[in-house]
Amino acid sequence: MTRLILGPFNRVEGDLEVQLEVADGRVTEARVKAPMYRGFEVVLQGRDPMDAMTIAPRICGICSVSQSVAAAKALADACGVLVPPNGVHAINLMLACENLADHLTHFYVFFMPDFTREVYARRGWFGEVERRFAAVVGGGPGRGLHNRAALAARARWLELMGALGGKWPHTGAILPGGSSRAIETTERVRLLARLREMRAFLEATLFGTPLEEVAALQTLAELQAWRTRAQGSDLALFLDIADEIGLAALGPGPGRYLSYGAYARPDGTHALAQGVWDAGTQQRLALDATQISEDLSHAWYAQSDGARPLHPDAGLTQPDPDRSGAYTWNKAPRLAGQVVETGAIARQLVDGQPLIRDACARHGGSVATRVLARLVELARILPMMEHWLMALQSNEPFHQVHPMPAQAQGAGLSEAARGALGHWLRIENGRIAHYQIVAPTSWNFSPRDAAGNPGALEMALQGAALDDATADGPGTSVAVQHIVRSFDPCMVCTVH
Amino acid sequence: MSLLCADTPDLPGLLRDNGINLLGHPALSLKGGEDHIGLLQDCVHGRVRLDALCVEGAMLRGPHGSGRFHVLAGTEVAMIDWVRRLAPMARHVVAIGACAAWGGITASGYNPTEACGLQYEDELKGGLLGAHFRALGGLPVINIAGCPTHPGWVTDSLMALAAGLLTEADLDPLGRPRFYADQLVHHGCTRNEYYEYKASAAKPSDLGCTMENMGCKGTQAHADCNTRLWNGHGSCTRGGYACISCTEPGFQHPGHPFHLTPKLAGIPTGLPTDMPKAWFVALASLSKSATPKRVKKNAHSDHVVLPPVSRKTGLR
Repeated sequence: MTRLILGPFNRVEGDLEVQLEVADGRVTEARVKAPMYRGFEVVLQGRDPMDAMTIAPRICGICSVSQSVAAAKALADACGVLVPPNGVHAINLMLACENLADHLTHFYVFFMPDFTREVYARRGWFGEVERRFAAVVGGGPGRGLHNRAALAARARWLELMGALGGKWPHTGAILPGGSSRAIETTERVRLLARLREMRAFLEATLFGTPLEEVAALQTLAELQAWRTRAQGSDLALFLDIADEIGLAALGPGPGRYLSYGAYARPDGTHALAQGVWDAGTQQRLALDATQISEDLSHAWYAQSDGARPLHPDAGLTQPDPDRSGAYTWNKAPRLAGQVVETGAIARQLVDGQPLIRDACARHGGSVATRVLARLVELARILPMMEHWLMALQSNEPFHQVHPMPAQAQGAGLSEAARGALGHWLRIENGRIAHYQIVAPTSWNFSPRDAAGNPGALEMALQGAALDDATADGPGTSVAVQHIVRSFDPCMVCTVH
Repeated sequence: MSLLCADTPDLPGLLRDNGINLLGHPALSLKGGEDHIGLLQDCVHGRVRLDALCVEGAMLRGPHGSGRFHVLAGTEVAMIDWVRRLAPMARHVVAIGACAAWGGITASGYNPTEACGLQYEDELKGGLLGAHFRALGGLPVINIAGCPTHPGWVTDSLMALAAGLLTEADLDPLGRPRFYADQLVHHGCTRNEYYEYKASAAKPSDLGCTMENMGCKGTQAHADCNTRLWNGHGSCTRGGYACISCTEPGFQHPGHPFHLTPKLAGIPTGLPTDMPKAWFVALASLSKSATPKRVKKNAHSDHVVLPPVSRKTGLR
C-alpha cells in the first residue's frame, strides 16, 4: 500500500489536492482535499439584502453569472417578485452564454491537452492531438491550433455579455426583478449574428455537422453512424481516443444524478427539467429540496458532537482548522443522505436526452459520458438561445420593481455549467441574517460523510490504474487526471 | 482567468510576440503537481529567471496569521509563504485584480480570513510584503486593480513591462498603471447627457443617470471602463447598473448599500472628483430646471420614448 499526494492540478479552476491509497497499481481509496477557505457566506451576513447581487458573483471569475442567478432567485423568492418574460429570456441568454463558454473552455483548454502528455507519445493520434490541443503554456508555435481558435471564439462569444450585461464576469445586470439592460429590437440582429458565429465555429471545428444533427442523436449506434459523417471533427477525434484508451469505462460516479432544472421559462417550468435520475432503476424522481443537507464530519468546520447534518436553511459555516478526522474545507452535501453527481451529464439524464441516457445505461456515467454530455448540451442550448433572443418583445419591460421585506426567507436553485447551485438566505430587520451556498463541485468533490461514504469523485477514482506511479511519486497518473477533469471542477466556488 | 477574454485573435501569439514567455499558469499549463512545484522551487532558488510574479487572489493570512486558510495543494506550505519566497526573486511583482492588490471583496465584513493585498490592506500600505517592498527591478507592487480586472489592463501592463516602458512615473500613488487609472469611469459614459441635466434613473433599467439615486461612483472612480469598454461593447453603466468604484481600495465596504446613493439633505455625499460642493449644487439646480422634456422622459424609460427632434435641413 502506497500513499500518493497529487496537486496542484493545473487546468482546473482553483486549488485542488487528491490523496490516493494505491495497491497493485490501482487506487483503493481517494480523498479529495480543497485546501482553501474563503468565507463568503460569513461576510454576506449583516449586509443589505441587495448587496448579495454585488458580492455573490464575485465568488468566482468563471461561474459569476451562475452565482448572480442563484442569488437573484433567492432574493426573488424572499420578496415574491415575478420576473417579466423579457427579463427571464435576457437572464437565460446570459446564463447560457457563460455555461457554453465554460463547456468550450473545458473541452479545449482544460480536458483535451492531457492527451498530449508523453505517456501517449506512441499513439497514432498523438501528432494530430498535439497539433489541435497542445496546452497554451508549453505548446509552442504551430501547435494547439484548435485551442487557440476556441479561445478566440470564446472571447468573441463573451461579447454577448458585454451587450447583455455590461461585462463578464461580475455583471450587475442580473437582479431579482429581471435585467437592468433592456435590449432594443435592432440590437437583437447584431446579437443573433454573434450566436451564428459560434454556431459556425462549433459546426466547422467541434462537430463537423449541423448542431441539430448532434442534438438529435438517440443512441450510441446512431453516434457511431454520425462519426463516419463527421470524420475530422474534434468530437470524432475524441471518440477515437476514448475508444482506444477505454474512457467509456473509466471513472464511473455514484449513479444518482441531480439537476435543479436549467433555464427558467416565464411559466415557472424549465427548458431542461428538474429532478433526480437513478441510473440503477432507470427512473426519474422528483426533487425534494428539503432533503438536502450538509455533513461536516470530515470538513474543517465546527459542529456539536452527535449533531445531525443540517439543511442549508439552518446550516452554519464556522471554520475549525484543527478538527480531527477532517481533511478538506469542502462540506459534504447529501440528498436524502445519498451521494449524487451533478453537471451537464445530470441535466441531460434528468431531461431525458436519449443519447446520454443510452451511453449512461451501456457504459455508466464515466469520463466519456461526462464529456459527451457537455458537448451534446452545447449543441442543444445554442438553438434555444436563438429562440430566446427572438422571443424578446419590444416595449415590454425587462425588470419589475419590488420592495424588499424586512423579514423574509428565500431559496435560489439554479444550474451552473458544473451543475446544481443553491443559495439559501434569511433576512431579518432588513439585513441578511443567514446565507448558505451549496456549489456544484461541493456535491461532486465532497469528502466522506459520517457513515464513511465517499463523495462522487472519491468513488470515481477507486479502481483507477496508475500507469507510471512509483513509491517516490505519482508520476503523471494520467487516468486520475482524466477522471478529475471530466467533472470540470470549480474549486473556488466549492470553498466559497 | 479574465485574461482569456483579451481582445486578440490569438492570446498565446500576442504574449509571445511581445516578449512574454509564460512559465506557468494555473489554467493554461499542461503539467501540474510535481512539475509545477518544481518550477516554483526553481524560481525560489534562482535556477529559473522570474521576470514577473503575477498573483491573483487575496493573501489569506488567517487563522491567526498562519496562512492555513490557503495552503498550496501538494505542498503543505501556505500560499502567503510561497509568495513571500517568490517575491524577492522577481524582477516585477504584479497584483492582478482588487483582491491581490488590497484584499478586495475577500476582506469584506470583519474579514474572517485576515485577507490583505500584496502591498496594501485596503488603502493602508503594508499588506503581505510590507510598505517598503521593492521588486528586483526597483518598482513597488504594480496594482492592476479592478473587480474583475480588465484583460486589456493586464496585457497592456505586461507588454509595457516586457518592453521596459513601465516606470515608477507610470504608476499612480496607489501603484496602479496610470494608462487606465488616470481616467474616470465617467469619461465616455453614454449617460452623460442625463448627467448634464441631472435627469436621474429612479429604478433598474431606466436610461437616466445613476449617480443621484442608484449608487453610481463613475464621476469619482479611476478607470477607463467607458472608453476602453468591456467584452467588446460593455461597461457597468452601459449594462444599466452603477459603477461601484471597484478599482479603488476598500470598495467592498462603501458604508451604504451598493445600489443606493448616500445623501445628506437630498444631496449625494460623493461628489464628482475635483468639484467644489457649492458649484455642484448650483449647477445641479440650474441644469435640473433646464432639462429638456425629451431627456426627462427618456431618463425614466428603458428605451428611447422621445427621440431627438429631426430637422428638415442640415445641421448648422
